[in-house]
Amino acid sequence: MNFDFSEDQKFLAGEARKFLEAESAIPVVREVLNDESKAYSEGLWKKIAEMGWLGTAIPEEQGGLGLGMLEMCVLAEEMGRVLAPVPFSSTAYFLTEAVKLAGSDKQKNDILPRIVAGEIIGCYAASEGPGHPDPAHLSTEFDGKTLSGTKIPVTDGGIATHAVVLAKEGKGASLVLVDLSAGGVTRTPISTLDPTRGHAELTFTGTPAERLGKKGDGAALNDALLDKVAVLLAFEQLGGASKALEMAKEYALERYAFGRPIGGNQAIKHKLAEMYVKNEVARSNCFYGAWALSTDAPEMPEAAAAARVAASEAFWFASKENIQTHGGMGFTWEVDCHLYYRRAKLLAVQAGGPKVWKEKLVRALEQKNAA
Amino acid sequence: MDFNDTKEEAEFRAEARAFLEKHLKPKGSGRMASSRDRVNMLEKAKAWQKTKAENKFAQITWPKEWGGRGGTAMQNVIWGQEESKFDAPTGPFAIGLGMCIPTVIAFGSDAHKQRYVEKALKGEEIWCQLFSEPSAGSDVAGLKTRAVKDGDEWVINGQKVWTSGAHYSDFGILLVRTDPKVPKHKGLTMFIVNMKQKGVEARPIHQASGGREFNEVYFTDVRIPDSDRLGEVGAGWKVALVTLMNERLAVGGSPGPDWAEIMDYARQSGTLSDQAFREKLADWYVAAQGYKLTKFRTQTALSRGQTPGPENSIGKIITANHLQDICNSAIEMQDHYGIITESERMPADAIFQQSFMWAPGLRIAGGTDEILKNIIAERVLGLPQDVRVDKDLPFDQMKSG
Repeated sequence: MNFDFSEDQKFLAGEARKFLEAESAIPVVREVLNDESKAYSEGLWKKIAEMGWLGTAIPEEQGGLGLGMLEMCVLAEEMGRVLAPVPFSSTAYFLTEAVKLAGSDKQKNDILPRIVAGEIIGCYAASEGPGHPDPAHLSTEFDGKTLSGTKIPVTDGGIATHAVVLAKEGKGASLVLVDLSAGGVTRTPISTLDPTRGHAELTFTGTPAERLGKKGDGAALNDALLDKVAVLLAFEQLGGASKALEMAKEYALERYAFGRPIGGNQAIKHKLAEMYVKNEVARSNCFYGAWALSTDAPEMPEAAAAARVAASEAFWFASKENIQTHGGMGFTWEVDCHLYYRRAKLLAVQAGGPKVWKEKLVRALEQKNAA
Repeated sequence: MDFNDTKEEAEFRAEARAFLEKHLKPKGSGRMASSRDRVNMLEKAKAWQKTKAENKFAQITWPKEWGGRGGTAMQNVIWGQEESKFDAPTGPFAIGLGMCIPTVIAFGSDAHKQRYVEKALKGEEIWCQLFSEPSAGSDVAGLKTRAVKDGDEWVINGQKVWTSGAHYSDFGILLVRTDPKVPKHKGLTMFIVNMKQKGVEARPIHQASGGREFNEVYFTDVRIPDSDRLGEVGAGWKVALVTLMNERLAVGGSPGPDWAEIMDYARQSGTLSDQAFREKLADWYVAAQGYKLTKFRTQTALSRGQTPGPENSIGKIITANHLQDICNSAIEMQDHYGIITESERMPADAIFQQSFMWAPGLRIAGGTDEILKNIIAERVLGLPQDVRVDKDLPFDQMKSG
């Protein structure tokens, strides 16, 4: 039985934590929060690129480190803990994995080295309105050469240089790669529940674009992409949930009421114990997702979905009960609880919410059972 | 990451499997047990225990000097996994060998060890654990069974409850109050008690589930020689903590129907397409996987020769509530028909109905949900203990009810 990260991977986690706690302290997050003109921390993003993290799971022939998805999972958890206000997931999960999954050699050789170098920022554009986007009913359309339509919201859409877009093509759907410096792209910043990550509406008007993979394979490619991204996002959620529990615990130990720490009351103790249980359930399911992701296991659909469902629940619960444990202080702008509450919601609905992933999970179980 | 054994682990698993195949049938290969089989169950269990002892499979981690294998914690896990795949009658020995005899080894005299350890290991004698009382469950240190010194003997009067196997046990470890004038934790003492002697009476408890698997045990002027004391007079709480620490690393699966069973039922009954059901099913799968995979993490630490983290403490909180929730949903899916308990009329042989009545007990036995959450909060998260108004109060001045 070897169901844990290796010593090397744990070392990487430790180093990443040290770096991120020093560089991405809450003031950096708050700079983005409090300044509407900022969609990310440019300084932190540069340093992350210099550390080489953007090439973690990119092959050496494209300039990456050629490590694996387990190393990416480790980094994702640490990014989640500190609410890193950078387009890491948009670039290193969505864009990188989409190109690795469906890109031609030419596209890989064009895009991946520039990701490693920190020259390009990605984003993923699928949503067009309320509800999870259905590849069979999209209004954004790709005609083989150009793209037209509107995507909203697009996380990091205001700062990205390239977009992975889910679009209608003919009777089916395709995944499309767009260089956002091309003509016919309108970006409108939009306000969201989590201002520590920039969001935009992207409107394409005859924008030059190229397909990732074959025409009409968009739905299947999108599913495969989301399975991979789901595991990485689940690790970010796990990191956030762990940090929220630590915050609640520390406050419960230092806040006195009725002559003793509030953490001595069973109402608080049991709440925090429940957080711990949910976090451990999430951690174990995330590990399974990491295993499936790193080995291309046939169990990937149910493993990814279970990791995502467990981690969404854990972060939601920990973030809301962290505020509750902090009492009135927890409802102030100055105390950080709301930053985790905000991020928990963004991560829970980005790339499909819990309802979507529960349905994917049950479908995977049905198919497994039928086989 | 992988789920494979190391070379040494694979060798041990193969050896264990070969031994089990030689002596037992795989689970589910035989017919249902008849009532006569149940009478013979104890004899079968004793015979199986003897066979294991003779082949050094009885207690994997015990040192060889006590008849154990001198094996690793990981080998113990592997043994548990393999044995659970076979129709192995192990029930009567779990408490004695898992908790009582380790306490005897830790606190008993050489004479005790010579007298008791080997016979227990070979299945010749069965042990039970006598801690809980009608007014001392979660707060077991509040127990009232009295021991009064009379020459070289102690005279025991009182009542124990929820004692598994008391009616067929030969010996027990018994926690009693020897001094009511001091605070509750300080007036307790542990003894070895012969369960077959005069004045010891085990009566089955009629459980809410309808079954009678547990007992209450009455002690009326039972005499125990002072030489059968474990630890110092007044040090019983310390001894009891060692007993409770020796609870084995759980290796079994979940204790009843799980997501796969209710999914099967939903498919057969045509309710698998119901959206509300599908969302619940996903939650059940995630919880069951969370429990199973958390044990894999613990086993990984053991396999690497490390001390496992506290993550295994989440186990029973998850499984007991999970079981109750699944059974409740299955019954509600069956609507009015779901109240029927006759197995021949019911889907899945009425297993949902049976476990529905068992689940409340599971949430209480071996630490209630509330006590387990206290343990996680205090020992894992480091939160303060509850206020204990009786901490420094002499026991005989405490309120009780």
